[in-house]
Amino acid sequence: MESLKRKDEQFQWKHKHLLGLRDLSAEEITYILDTAKGFEEISTRSVKKAPPLRGKVVCNLFFEDSTRTRNSFTLAASRLSADVIEFTKTASSVSKGETLLDTARNLEAMGIDIVVIRHNAGGAAKFLSRNINACVVNAGDGFCEHPTQGLLDVYTIRKIKKTLEGLKIAIVGDIAHSRVARSCMWAMTKLGAEVTFVGPPTLMPAQVDKLPVSVSYSLDEVIEKVDVVNMLRIQFERLGGNPFPSVREYSHYFGLTVERMKRAKPDIMVMHPGPINRGLEMESEVADGSNSVILEQVKNGLAVRMAALFLVNQAAAVQE
Amino acid sequence: MKVILNSRQIEQILAELTSRIISEISPQFDVAVIGIRSRGEILAQRLSSLLSQGLGREIPCGTLDITLYRDDLNSPRSKAQPRVRTTEIGFDIDEKIVILVDDVLYTGRSTRAALDSLRDLGRPKAIKLAVLVDRAGRELPIQADYAGYKTDVEPGELVQVFLFESDGKEEVVIG
Repeated sequence: MESLKRKDEQFQWKHKHLLGLRDLSAEEITYILDTAKGFEEISTRSVKKAPPLRGKVVCNLFFEDSTRTRNSFTLAASRLSADVIEFTKTASSVSKGETLLDTARNLEAMGIDIVVIRHNAGGAAKFLSRNINACVVNAGDGFCEHPTQGLLDVYTIRKIKKTLEGLKIAIVGDIAHSRVARSCMWAMTKLGAEVTFVGPPTLMPAQVDKLPVSVSYSLDEVIEKVDVVNMLRIQFERLGGNPFPSVREYSHYFGLTVERMKRAKPDIMVMHPGPINRGLEMESEVADGSNSVILEQVKNGLAVRMAALFLVNQAAAVQE
Repeated sequence: MKVILNSRQIEQILAELTSRIISEISPQFDVAVIGIRSRGEILAQRLSSLLSQGLGREIPCGTLDITLYRDDLNSPRSKAQPRVRTTEIGFDIDEKIVILVDDVLYTGRSTRAALDSLRDLGRPKAIKLAVLVDRAGRELPIQADYAGYKTDVEPGELVQVFLFESDGKEEVVIG
């Protein structure tokens, strides 16, 4: 163990918070993905646990509903031997009017080391990181970012396609309300993929022309060309007004149907961040078909979140 | 920089370790070799092929990354952050005699980490430690079952192992 360090071991992860992928370099993103590889194996053993966060406390601070992400973070923290506190909006003093900062400071007084936060306001994770000493991991803030989802998506793509360099990727659906689309866009483009946002004009974000993506209003135009298609969930809970005339019409133009799949590349990867509205974003046959990697995404999410928790804690150890 | 072992001597040591292991381990047990990343991995691969030849049966070989089990992960530090790599053990270690391989045994802390890690992977019949260089300076009650070259260098000095597969040259140097 006292031998020479190889060159690639010189890289240091410096961030004690993981707030978004927009501000990370390609090298940093790749470093998280490489680290995550080492965590995949833990979930295959007889004892599905390793000790790096022993004695640390992770708090899941979720102000919005979540099943997948929250359980994934809880399991990730548990597998790293941390203690986990679950905090939900409805079962806490938030419903009594406590502010985000007061809630966080109270949790911190209990000796929390890492806060995993989901909040409906963009910038909430960043705000928290500036006001408490604990590490902060963003599990989704408003329409801004959901970095671990972006990471697990590129992790899954890299695992199957080996590299993102030169891949053509379509992100389809409700782009405007999607932090997943944004985090994916940053991670994918930084790693060299060409990203196209696909959806009706009413579901495109303002100033989409300033983002490093192409835009298409027709899935039919794009489907034949892409290596990966990432179907976003229609978030009925966020949709105001009438962004599309009817669910049937949306599905007709932007749903991933068996018919459309026939025109796609045979090895196209079909992704979805979940939960799926079956028959709306995609037909069940596609969701459960051989091109679908949806369950692989969930599995990889665990490894990626373990890596994220491990790395922010490591950065905090250096800074102390 | 002083060369204490050249490539011929390293080869000799591995051959000696192999015959000692073969003579001491009862043939009724399954044997597996597991190397600690990164130089231990290479040595383990060589040892497992030597053992396979000597025993006339395939001796499985795996690689252990002990980063997550290190005891200094959460201590404040300025030195390099450890990099997590993969553990790759494609066989069940239960009831096997595991030959754990590292390049240098020094403080014993890497070995301690490896033992804890193996415990999470299963329950071997026994674990035996084989090292190329056994250097004085133990901080834990751990010793090698099969030690190649024993040396007594000063605490401040570095024992460096270079192997063809990782470094393009093969020698062990002090300094």
